[in-house]
Amino acid sequence: MKYKILNFARQLALTLLVIWTVVSLVTLLIELVPGDPATTILGETASMEQIADFNRKHGLDRPAFFFSYNSAEGFDWNGADNRYVDYWLGLLQGDLGTSFRTDRPVLDMILERYPSTIMLAIVSMIIAVSIAIPLGVLAGTNKNTLIDNFSSFVALLGISLPTFVIGPFLVYLFAVKFQIFAPTGSANPEDIILPAVTLGAALSAILTRMVRSSVIEELGEDYVRTARAKGLSERKVVYKHVLKNGLIPVVTILGLQLGVLLAGAIITEKIFNWQGLGLLLLDDGIGKRDYRLVQGCVLVISVTYILANSLTDLVYRWLDPRIRLS
Amino acid sequence: MNRLTYIGISIAVLFILVAIFAPFVATYDVTAQNLSMRYISPSGEHWFGTDALGRDVFSRVVYGARISLQVGITVVVVSTVIGTFLGALAGFYGGFIDKFLSGYVFNVFLAFPGLLLAIALVAFLGAGLGKLILALCIIGWVGYARVIRGQVLKVREYDFVQAARALGASNMRILFTHILPNAIQPLIVQASLGMAGAVLSEASLSFLGLGIPPPAPSWGTMIEEARGLDILYNAPHVLFFPGIAIALTVLAFNFIGDGLREYLDPKQRKR
Repeated sequence: MKYKILNFARQLALTLLVIWTVVSLVTLLIELVPGDPATTILGETASMEQIADFNRKHGLDRPAFFFSYNSAEGFDWNGADNRYVDYWLGLLQGDLGTSFRTDRPVLDMILERYPSTIMLAIVSMIIAVSIAIPLGVLAGTNKNTLIDNFSSFVALLGISLPTFVIGPFLVYLFAVKFQIFAPTGSANPEDIILPAVTLGAALSAILTRMVRSSVIEELGEDYVRTARAKGLSERKVVYKHVLKNGLIPVVTILGLQLGVLLAGAIITEKIFNWQGLGLLLLDDGIGKRDYRLVQGCVLVISVTYILANSLTDLVYRWLDPRIRLS
Repeated sequence: MNRLTYIGISIAVLFILVAIFAPFVATYDVTAQNLSMRYISPSGEHWFGTDALGRDVFSRVVYGARISLQVGITVVVVSTVIGTFLGALAGFYGGFIDKFLSGYVFNVFLAFPGLLLAIALVAFLGAGLGKLILALCIIGWVGYARVIRGQVLKVREYDFVQAARALGASNMRILFTHILPNAIQPLIVQASLGMAGAVLSEASLSFLGLGIPPPAPSWGTMIEEARGLDILYNAPHVLFFPGIAIALTVLAFNFIGDGLREYLDPKQRKR
């Protein structure tokens, strides 16, 4: 028990440390922008006064960090009165700053878009699981047959075809050739299917391979022989016993992949013009050089990713007694 | 090695040859536009057809291989050097250095979704070949560092290392002439998978408009240009060929990586 708590505390400390570092990196990224953000936003024709106004409004007139360095004066200590501290103080109060372009709070803009990204990720996960489990079980129980080879081939395709190749291909097939779905947008409920399949293709391929090897491994266990010996049908053996044990590693992958899906949604959202967080980052953030918005989006996506991974680790430990007890 | 590995090697060799000899393989100038020859279907004259600006798709795919190879090799080499150095440092010295590097630094880089970090870096630095390579190296090195650290931890306990130490060899000598040569084998696997990853990331970033700016024929840029609805209606081949090129290249290096891993690990070979 003592070790368990200690382990948990260590995991929590590491997660917090990682989040602190990631936030710090993102905060300081804005210093990388070549030239002056104000001129980039306001244009070359902006007056000195406008630039000074802009800088004051967004705190850009203040020092970037605890110390600054220039070749003429060397190191200069700025104290706690700096932008890095400002950003953190804002963050702790749930304030991600004000957009450079729209003057709206960045958090509001993100919260507006985040639900559609989460929905896309969840639907693609559901699609991936409902393809992967039957296909994986079929392949695993028919090892080295035509069915197995076929499912391995499909899985391989899913892994090696990048999102931005699968997406346009699906648009070509289902929106241009057969005209079943709309090519882009999210006007109708069924519009989520093409983007979700695109986003979930790689995951479903990875899962199929996992379920397959998991099933093959579990089929060799003693309890399977027992179950068969007591006369259970093969169907019951597979779906009631084997699958239950075989799904443990799959749960881990699902959790780890939730983060990957949220990050990977950036490309899918661009392909299908899906109005989620990724498109906000690309079009409104990077496209319009709204650096404050870019910071906010990167921050929210990476913190979600880190938290999803840490949670998965905990669930995994809890699910598998062998790991829990060791 | 299994059949898929050989298929992977063949495709990879073809890809490298095409990239190196691109000027001899390509049939047209990659940037030459000819608006009277738009959307021509694949034919004897234009093997892969032409795109929206009348440019020859075959020649562009051929030169695209060159960009992919250039980015892939640079990223793999730089990441390997940085990763090997830091991984070896962590594994060899252990103690505080290891706790800091593998317990903290590696975890930070592993915790960040790679593509997002690359997107963020390019967004703030600006687009371009050099910055793209820099961003991919920053997200890439940690994989190599982890592999090397694990290997060094294992190899440093071997008898011959103890023997070298007993003979009075310096730490650097032990690390570079005794441990590293015996620890780098799994790097080949990592490098092959890393090549696939780098090609894919380059194409992804170019697709998002954050990689190599047009008119350079990056495969990612070509797909981005080909996904407009009018092109899909009129000339799906403009999308098809660069798509196939990316998929085959990524697949080939993944095959090689998986095959080599199996080959180097006898436990997996039996399965």
